[in-house]
Amino acid sequence: MSERIDPPANPPVNPPSEGHLVPRAVATRTEMLDPRPAPDMRHGVVGWLRTRLFNGPVNSVVSLVVLAVLVWGLTPLVQWALIDADWIGTTRDACSGEGACWVFISARFETIVYGFYPDAARFRVDITLALLAALIAWLVIPRLPAKPWVGAFALVGFPIIAYVLLLGGHFGLAYVPTREWGGLMLTLTVATVGIVGSLPLGVILALGRRSKMPLVKSLSVVFIEFWRGVPLITVLFMASVMLPLFVPDEVEFDKLLRALIGIMFFWSAYMAEVVRGGLQAIPKGQEEAAKALGLGYWRRMGLIVLPQALKLVIPGIVNTFIALFKDTSLVLIIGLFDLLAIIRSGLTDTNWLGFATEGYVFAALMFWVFCFSMSRYSQVLERKLHRGH
Amino acid sequence: MPTTPLDRVPLWRRPALRALIFQALLLAGLVALIGMMINNALTNLESRGITTGLGFLTERAGFSIPQTLIDYSGDSTYGRTFFVGLLNTLLVSALGIVAATIIGFAVGIARLSPNWLLARLATTFVEIFRNIPLLVQILFWYFAVLQALPSPRQSLSLFEAFFLNVRGITVPAPVAQPGFGFTQLALALAIVVVVSLAFFARRRQVRTGKALPVYRLGAAILIGLPLVVFVVSGAPLSWDVPALKGFNFAGGITVIPELMALWLALSIYTAAFIAEIVRSGIQSVPKGQIEASRAISLPGDITLRKVVIPQAMRVIVPQLTSQYLNLIKNSSLATAIGYPDLVAVFAGTTLNQTGQAIEIIAMTMAVYLTISLVVSALMNVYNARTLLKER
Repeated sequence: MSERIDPPANPPVNPPSEGHLVPRAVATRTEMLDPRPAPDMRHGVVGWLRTRLFNGPVNSVVSLVVLAVLVWGLTPLVQWALIDADWIGTTRDACSGEGACWVFISARFETIVYGFYPDAARFRVDITLALLAALIAWLVIPRLPAKPWVGAFALVGFPIIAYVLLLGGHFGLAYVPTREWGGLMLTLTVATVGIVGSLPLGVILALGRRSKMPLVKSLSVVFIEFWRGVPLITVLFMASVMLPLFVPDEVEFDKLLRALIGIMFFWSAYMAEVVRGGLQAIPKGQEEAAKALGLGYWRRMGLIVLPQALKLVIPGIVNTFIALFKDTSLVLIIGLFDLLAIIRSGLTDTNWLGFATEGYVFAALMFWVFCFSMSRYSQVLERKLHRGH
Repeated sequence: MPTTPLDRVPLWRRPALRALIFQALLLAGLVALIGMMINNALTNLESRGITTGLGFLTERAGFSIPQTLIDYSGDSTYGRTFFVGLLNTLLVSALGIVAATIIGFAVGIARLSPNWLLARLATTFVEIFRNIPLLVQILFWYFAVLQALPSPRQSLSLFEAFFLNVRGITVPAPVAQPGFGFTQLALALAIVVVVSLAFFARRRQVRTGKALPVYRLGAAILIGLPLVVFVVSGAPLSWDVPALKGFNFAGGITVIPELMALWLALSIYTAAFIAEIVRSGIQSVPKGQIEASRAISLPGDITLRKVVIPQAMRVIVPQLTSQYLNLIKNSSLATAIGYPDLVAVFAGTTLNQTGQAIEIIAMTMAVYLTISLVVSALMNVYNARTLLKER
């Protein structure tokens, strides 16, 4: 490769050669012009291609192979999912069968969102979802004020409102048993309860694991290591077949509630480990200084240590939320009709056989949108909170 | 400020005493809770007519399992179903770990490639498969991809020996002829030779500073010795090539579609996480290390092997192990598509038939718990050995 020399930005005017009297202004040049700068190959489209894709023979081959694979793979995919797809209609006949049949999704979209929730009461789900969306937006948009209060409301007030609205039975709202819940609404319920429940429990477990009281410490360790060592599926099985054995026969134990308890315990153990990482990163002097000021244990933790520790591990907490959200799909195995289970049950509808690909692709897309936005948010937070200590 | 001597502090404000009382209350509460649960469980079990204990393990199971690694039939006991399920779990976990590691390392390194297209492709792979629930992926591969394959009669075939259809993938099975034992013996011998060679080479390097090409020499012995013995003893191995008989294939080994779907989903899902671990591990090696290595004119491959990889591995290995543990635990999702793993066979069918919920769930959980605790213990040993020796 030939060495390329960048000419200086402003070529100096040629110094007058000695022994000549140079007139102040000349109409004709007496010397050769300086060479023009070589075309800069580091900028522009061509330069970009050269530095990023085709610098050297190996890279060029790799680029061409990747390009070929992309064209070979993406063309049929786009053709199937967008160009040949059928979008409009209400029955199976609307689908030509060449591309994807999105009518399968749009025809049952209401069920996918609300499950078997009675038509007349669906506005309650709408209100709850709108409130949830507003709370999340408030917490995510950086400029909005009073974040701690809104956060506290999201953790304490919102679950109560959502409980009253969704379950009903009070204030003239009709009672809707949890077996009629389903679809996206159930997925979000499980995820929200899991998140709201596992975070405080996890904080307490993390504090317990660092406690100086031997019994508290060992109980916390056993609790955390137990839940972290078993798969969530066995926890859900336990909640659905074993838990009813442990309560008196006359107590009716809601199936959804049992699953929620299992999910909460399971994820609180993971949350505890994340929080413990934050607690370990806070210098001991912080707690000792608080002690010197005469603060008691809960004030030391609540006012000094935890605010710093939690802030450090927000990305870890969000990652646990993502994992929790993805794993809500497991409730289908114990017979709850979450988003995935509703789509699956649609696949067995005799009027709509043979749309497994459309169904699963749509389910994957729904989950992906939620998880990807959460992970992007966690990355933004990580950058914002990284103060380079 | 007047100080209060300890004996004048009121009893209820002494930290040690308060801790004691708190723990006593906690213990009492815990004992009461467990006692209540046991009491309830005993009453409930009695009213449902379930006898507690592990006696059911010796009873006849009476159901069949589509994939068994050990002898099993409907006449086998429930205890046997436990081991069949456990082995199937271990099989898919082992296959998944190998594939996930290979894909994960390839994608993780590709993410750091100077080639923009390749790096972007790797990033897209990670972002897509990391953010879709594993269960959705398993169901997708099983119901949308593998169930859409043709029937055995219209199998896709390669060289008329490998067949892919809706019932799985069928490949020729090796059949050992008399005399194959020599080759097996040679392989065992080769392993012993390579291990002692590695041992000897390390001691020699410590003593004289001269290194032996252990990897190349080892590979040559490991492949060469059995191969020579195999050829000399007259290649005593034949292949049982599958052939279409009626509606299905006879002969060969068939990998059931449940195993394929689970394997694909587990490997790809875990690979996305491993790729991220590998990328961050490699990026965690300070640039100065590579520059210093270049400054003492070490060649590129030595820099990679002796400087970058050992330091990156210190970051990668602990996280990698926890991904392996996740994979083993996630393999329990097999039950969603009916792959006969421990949870599907034992905590599913056996539990439904016997109703011994407490014993079966406890046994299943104990298996996963044991695997987790053993691996974490090994990990702690590894961490202690590779810890930075601070001066």
